[in-house]
Amino acid sequence: MARVRTGVRVVGAVLAAVLGASLTGCSSTGGKRAEERAKAAEAGRPAVSTPRWTFAMITHAGDGDTFWDIVQKGAKEASAKDNINFVYSHDDQAQQQAQFVQNAIDQKVDGIIVSLAKPEALKDVIAKAVKAGIPVVTVNSGSAQSAAYGALTHIGQDEEIAGEAVGTELTRRGKKKAVCVLHEQGNVGHEQRCAGAKKTFGGSMENLYVEGTNMPSVQAAVQAKLQADPSVDSIVTLGAPFAPTAVKAKDAAGSKAEVDTFDLNESVARDLKSGALGFAVDQQPYLQGYQAVDLLWLYRYNADVLGGGRPVLTGPQIVTAAEAAKLEEYIKRGSR
Amino acid sequence: MSAAAPAADERLAPTSYVRRLLGRPELGAVVGAAAVFVFFCFAADSFLKPSSLSTVLYSASTIGIMAVPVALLMIGGEFDLSAGVMVTTSALFSSMFSYQMTANVWVGVLVSLLVTLAIGFFNGFMLTRTKLPSFIITLGTFLMLTGLNLGFTKLISGSVSTKTIADMEGFSSARALFASQWNVGSVTLKVTILWWLVLVAVATWILLRTRAGNWIFAVGGGADAARATGVPVVKTRIGLYMGVALCAWISGQHILFSFDVVQSGEGVGNEFLYIIAAVIGGCLMTGGYGSAIGSAVGAFIFGMTSNGIVYAQWNPDWFKFFLGAMLLLATLLNAWVRKRAEARA
Repeated sequence: MARVRTGVRVVGAVLAAVLGASLTGCSSTGGKRAEERAKAAEAGRPAVSTPRWTFAMITHAGDGDTFWDIVQKGAKEASAKDNINFVYSHDDQAQQQAQFVQNAIDQKVDGIIVSLAKPEALKDVIAKAVKAGIPVVTVNSGSAQSAAYGALTHIGQDEEIAGEAVGTELTRRGKKKAVCVLHEQGNVGHEQRCAGAKKTFGGSMENLYVEGTNMPSVQAAVQAKLQADPSVDSIVTLGAPFAPTAVKAKDAAGSKAEVDTFDLNESVARDLKSGALGFAVDQQPYLQGYQAVDLLWLYRYNADVLGGGRPVLTGPQIVTAAEAAKLEEYIKRGSR
Repeated sequence: MSAAAPAADERLAPTSYVRRLLGRPELGAVVGAAAVFVFFCFAADSFLKPSSLSTVLYSASTIGIMAVPVALLMIGGEFDLSAGVMVTTSALFSSMFSYQMTANVWVGVLVSLLVTLAIGFFNGFMLTRTKLPSFIITLGTFLMLTGLNLGFTKLISGSVSTKTIADMEGFSSARALFASQWNVGSVTLKVTILWWLVLVAVATWILLRTRAGNWIFAVGGGADAARATGVPVVKTRIGLYMGVALCAWISGQHILFSFDVVQSGEGVGNEFLYIIAAVIGGCLMTGGYGSAIGSAVGAFIFGMTSNGIVYAQWNPDWFKFFLGAMLLLATLLNAWVRKRAEARA
């Protein structure tokens, strides 16, 4: 018993110390205070007087996906402007995603935005929505199926075209041997990106699969690859969080390879600026969310359709050190 | 128990060095590790280079740091399915606390230690109070933490990953402790390897040389019998869960300070890697048997296998298959050696 008491006292003392320290131990650099100082007030108020329609967005995003966060931000800001009641749901299992679309149909929403990572699984339910008179816009993936399934428009990047842009850029930079780092085995979009890059790349390119949910193992695997094959002169990661890790792996392996990546985030902008990264390919996720909502609104308001039956491409946009500085502030606020 | 007639009690009879060695739980794992090592020496040209081995060691250490307390917990007869996400929770907490309070990074690190230990205490306390299987309790914690990680991160930072804290005070000194590295020629050694070795040494000392070690074995062998002989079962179990929490904190800080930004969805599934390492290392799934050194050897096998496949430059489509097959083979070899050793002893 005496020992337990001492334990309590020790914990109490530590707690007091920590609280004391947190009051006095402030950081004069970085942190929320710096963010707040930098942040301009942005209030979202509707800019139109159309009725308050409800749009549902259902994506194949997994939990905690940075990319989809930005798509959502775009959709939300467009919704605020267009006076839309925006409902978001997501599940990486296609079956559950289809269920969510069905739920939206049951609720008789005024528009549906859906991503088609596994098109076949969603074919029937999209047909149902169209039959029920709900306009559907597809985003991000599924450009090939979108029109056939009866969607108004597809907004997104064609993964293969994006890959091709990377291959062309690598060739332009005189690279000979590249490694394409896939962080999700079995993801069709990832395979398409690497396949596209391989197609237009003048040198040889290999795929490397890594465990995307375990950063240290990603680093070790990339490091191992570079050590196994010192002739590799460029590494392409398929997601922004993996680029700085690949840079670390490259440094640890003592390799001179250039690291390039798909997608942007704060660290990628920083590394682009410092030259640690060669280039990034952006597909402008904010635009995918924003445009989807806006196009549905335009369709409801004015029966406008964009794309003429073909996908509206939001990428690839190649970002290098020159643009990184300009984009950094937008990345920080989460819209790039 | 009188000292006058030691030879009369066969338990006190002197055993030969060889027999004692054969009775060690990690023997099978060591043989398995040697087999995997030799295999990759032939299968992959670059595997034997010092720089490659340091990569393998780093990979093994990140698993190994968690495999040590998980092995101790398994010897004590319990599981912890929340260990993987707890690492992420710990990193997220440090980062977000420092950021939101604009506090010195060390403040966040210490607060995170308290929070992580509290989660460990919660696991142990719930287990001993409710008498539910640890599978259920820690599965609950696992799900709750997964949700909290996402929910809180989104709520606080407005996105699913944390903001960078690299420009804040205290970052460089914290990085030195949790994520520094030394270059020895072409070889880069990470500080996690040191953390790992120290943890293995401390855990081995606790298991073999202290009263707490006896308690752990006793609790894992049979809690009721242990309680009857005066072992503080509740305290031991709570302590074991807090040990897992402590190491989760160390791993979490490593991830935070080495990658700067933490993704809230990370860590899911890693709990199985820790358990796998402990099991390959000779811990019985039923408790009461195993060692900390074994868990280290298990983590090393894992590090060799996952990176060896890359060094061997095998077709990446088959990556997971090779990984599974190697792990299964290592474990089978381990079990076979142990059986032979037990038959001889």
